[in-house]
Amino acid sequence: MAAPLTLLLIVAVTIRAALFRSSLADLISERVEVVSPLNAWKRVVEGLALLDLEISPYSGDVFHETPLVIYLFHFLVDYAEVTFMLADCLTAVALYLAVKDYNKQVFRKQRYALEADRYPMDCLELIRSPKEMYYIPLKVAMFYLLNPFTILSCVAKCTCGLNNAVIALFILSTIKGSALLSAIFLALATYQSIYPLTLCVPALLYLLQRLYIPVNVQRSSFWLYTLQYLFMFLGSLFILVGLSFFLLGSWDFLPAVYGFILSVPDLTPNIGLFWYFFAEMFDHFRLFFLCVFQINVFFYTLPLSIKLKEHPVFLIFMQIALIAIFKSYPTVGDLSLYLAFLPVWNHLYRFLRNIFLVSCVLLACSALFPVLWHLWIYAGSANSNFYYAITLLFSVAQILLVSDYFYAFLRREHHLINGLYLKKKDGSEATLVLK
Amino acid sequence: MAASRRQRLGLWLVLCTCLLTAAAAVDADNDDVQVSGTGHDNAAGGPTVPPGTGEQGAGRTPETEDRRWEATQEEVEVVEEVQQAGDQDQDRVVDPPSEPPSRDDFKEELVIRPLHSGDVYASFQFRTVWDTDFLGGHKVSHYRLFPKSLGQVITKFSVRELHISFTQGYWRTMQWGQPYLPSPPGAELWVWFQDTVTDVDGTWKELTNVLSGIFCASLNFIDSTNTVQPSASFKPLGIGNVTDHRFLRYATLPREIVCTENLTPWKKLLPCGSKAGLSVLLKSEKLFHSTFHSQAVHVRPVCQDPHCKTTSLELRQTLNVVFDLHTSGQGKREWSLFKMFSRTLTEACPLASSSKVYIDVTDNPQGEQFDLSPATPLLSQAGVLGDRRTYSVYDLTQQATFGPTRSLNTLLRWKSPEGDMQGPLLHSERYVAGYGLQTGEIHTLMYNNHPYRAFPVLLLSTVPWYLRLYIHTLTVTSKGKDNKPSYIHYQPSKDRERPHLLEMLLQLPPNSVTEVTVEFERALLKWTEYTPDPNHGFYVGSSVISALVPSVVAMDTNSTLERPLFNSFFPCKEETSYFMRIYTEPLLVNLPTPDFSMPYNVICLTCTVVAVGYGSLYNLLTRTFQVEEPSPGLAKRIANVIRRMRGVPPL
Repeated sequence: MAAPLTLLLIVAVTIRAALFRSSLADLISERVEVVSPLNAWKRVVEGLALLDLEISPYSGDVFHETPLVIYLFHFLVDYAEVTFMLADCLTAVALYLAVKDYNKQVFRKQRYALEADRYPMDCLELIRSPKEMYYIPLKVAMFYLLNPFTILSCVAKCTCGLNNAVIALFILSTIKGSALLSAIFLALATYQSIYPLTLCVPALLYLLQRLYIPVNVQRSSFWLYTLQYLFMFLGSLFILVGLSFFLLGSWDFLPAVYGFILSVPDLTPNIGLFWYFFAEMFDHFRLFFLCVFQINVFFYTLPLSIKLKEHPVFLIFMQIALIAIFKSYPTVGDLSLYLAFLPVWNHLYRFLRNIFLVSCVLLACSALFPVLWHLWIYAGSANSNFYYAITLLFSVAQILLVSDYFYAFLRREHHLINGLYLKKKDGSEATLVLK
Repeated sequence: MAASRRQRLGLWLVLCTCLLTAAAAVDADNDDVQVSGTGHDNAAGGPTVPPGTGEQGAGRTPETEDRRWEATQEEVEVVEEVQQAGDQDQDRVVDPPSEPPSRDDFKEELVIRPLHSGDVYASFQFRTVWDTDFLGGHKVSHYRLFPKSLGQVITKFSVRELHISFTQGYWRTMQWGQPYLPSPPGAELWVWFQDTVTDVDGTWKELTNVLSGIFCASLNFIDSTNTVQPSASFKPLGIGNVTDHRFLRYATLPREIVCTENLTPWKKLLPCGSKAGLSVLLKSEKLFHSTFHSQAVHVRPVCQDPHCKTTSLELRQTLNVVFDLHTSGQGKREWSLFKMFSRTLTEACPLASSSKVYIDVTDNPQGEQFDLSPATPLLSQAGVLGDRRTYSVYDLTQQATFGPTRSLNTLLRWKSPEGDMQGPLLHSERYVAGYGLQTGEIHTLMYNNHPYRAFPVLLLSTVPWYLRLYIHTLTVTSKGKDNKPSYIHYQPSKDRERPHLLEMLLQLPPNSVTEVTVEFERALLKWTEYTPDPNHGFYVGSSVISALVPSVVAMDTNSTLERPLFNSFFPCKEETSYFMRIYTEPLLVNLPTPDFSMPYNVICLTCTVVAVGYGSLYNLLTRTFQVEEPSPGLAKRIANVIRRMRGVPPL
């Protein structure tokens, strides 16, 4: 398996290197779908330039990266292209290893269940074979590395690629069962962009499951482990923030980074739902809707973790997808991370209801983004509503995709317990409905 | 009761008039003392007069009889008040005699410069110097020539220097040369506060609102988003070497339209109002029918004597106007005071110690270019803006100036087409490059036309926050080579809080063009932040270029020497160079706009999408899979109901 992965990495790096050298790179790095005010490379360079002028990069409203990123690029600015390619490769390899390990566990669990005769007889065709699972890790890496969204994001030098790498490492360390590393990477991801905070719950569920600690509020072992994990997570978060403070000598970065993410002052168009909504919002409702929209990201964590407490990895996927849809400054780089997980849920394919429609809409929207942007901004023959309409459609398509996968996952679980071919009382074939 | 009051008032009036007439007769030989005495009376009555109203001007009308009468009446009122209200206003009445009379002096001046383009440039300057220690902090309540409305503002807000200008049109340096007093299009305000001010921003906010009322202008739109603190470009012009730019505030409103409603309050600040002297020429119907109109007020502390032991407060009111007579004058190239202002001069302002009209005749030494009538024997030479200029002078305080017609209507008639003009040593251009509404580039071009000398310039740009500047894209090139600024002061913007401020010190090589470019990104604003005409674009104020330009002739560095007013504004420290400030064009930049008719639709549609997400997840989270049991048909259900009523088992 190492050889195809190496080949894949070489192909991916070649494509990126070629694009970096081409004239397309400048064009791509200006695209609002690819970079947001939060993670544009132009703004990182601006921050470095401000540092050179001995002005705090956070004194203005252009730079919103965390202090660690700016100090990272303070040293790596000449090797930025290599850094971003490395970050992408790192993400792919981490996802590859994580999925490989996860698949092993899934297979082991399935074997135990089979041996215990827990599956109904007609469910054999739902059982996953090692043969079809063999290529899934490679497919995941391929989905990430060769996804046009990832490539665009990398060529634009969007720092979202770094966040993806951190989240991928977090997933890897969680699946490998290393609580400390998992907490550290989660803290790093949270430090970068708040929202991965919600991944705390699935990681905890997974680690508990791995140690066969039941999720039971009356058990002291559960509380002990939870507190231990939270302590590690909050401790490393605290260390990171403290380190930033010592690097910078002031707390300016807190409002400039987290205040900026939460209060959405910059209404530059992007693929998300926030920009036009808050550009058109009545001022006295602004705070209310801001709270509603931000809570929306964190809101699903609790119900989803209750529903999916047996399947923390699927929960991670759901959370990453919801963050990418509902975050305040989403870019296509955020999409590419959760799209990479789709091959892991290959076996749900037969239960997906509208995957064809959704993929068509996603493709069409991706093509229409630059067209309508051009019509609005350059040609002047369309207005902002056109672009807004496409962002809406894109969001709807993503929501449908995620909910479709959620539906398929729940349905498969239902079938694994109740059998695949359900019969009505009178013996005729039954249809399943949600009630 | 009322009748008896009126009687008593009449009695006092008669009594005081008698007294004052007697005093005037005694002091008839010493007019100065008399004038300042009446001034005291006037000031004592001042508080009853609303600041800045015409009454103050009227109180100083030339006729002594009239003035005396008005002053007397006011005194009567005061005395009456004292009688009526006991000690209520005692200190105000008691105070005047105890303070030494402060000296003040008023001068007026009009300079006319025929421009090579065929236009005529007329520059009015009115200067009031008041020998009073305003900055000392003690309360000043007696005003004579100095406008009280402004004096109160300066005391209340502890202003050290105040410079405000309103300009309609853009001064074309390339065609017209240098103005005596430069100003950017729109309104410009810059203020140095005294170092005793603790809350500078709060004071600035109040001051702009008060000035907004005084000048009838939209200065109240000055807020933190268009105010900056330049670190080097705006040094105090008066005495006192304050260098802490914490006490400086600078703001421009490039969109401000200047019109009659700004001129009227400006004229009211003059001691003679628009009743006498040069200010009779200031008629708005003519002034605003011009290519360029600029009016300004400058208040600053100046030295009282050569040793600068004591300071006085100088108020300089200037009005510059450029008439396009060449094209509107039916093909003839000639102008006269009457043609420009539809008025002629008949007298000087009686309160002015000097009242002169200068006409620039440098290009006409032997009278071959144009005829000037009436001819004046008085000539004056001055080193102005690095050049030696010759002026014909009309002294309005001399009765002979007005001749037998008792009016002065200077007429200038060209004989030959204009000669070529030597271009200005420094001029500049600015424009926005790029297309589309996403990004853009601001280009500032500075021309040094001096054949062999380089000189330094300070460039100050204020860019509003919604054009996000990227300082790393800043490039400065001269003659195709990189020209690294020796000093850069950059303050990045804060959204909805403060603008970008970029100041840099550059050396302009001789005979070169220096180009400064910086990229920016256009922000999408909230729909309520757009102006009512959003597709007109947004204005970016002029850049300010301050330079020490090498002069052709040796400049006069002796500041105490009596000089014409137009030549004494910017302090001159070196003989070989002179200070010059030019303003670039303001920019008009388009921003992307949302659809203003859509707020409800957008709120509904976006919320729908969020609801789709919420709904589908809620559905999956709360419901479980169940086998569908088809419900029986309607007929069967009705039959079953009937059967249950009949007591038979259902179907």
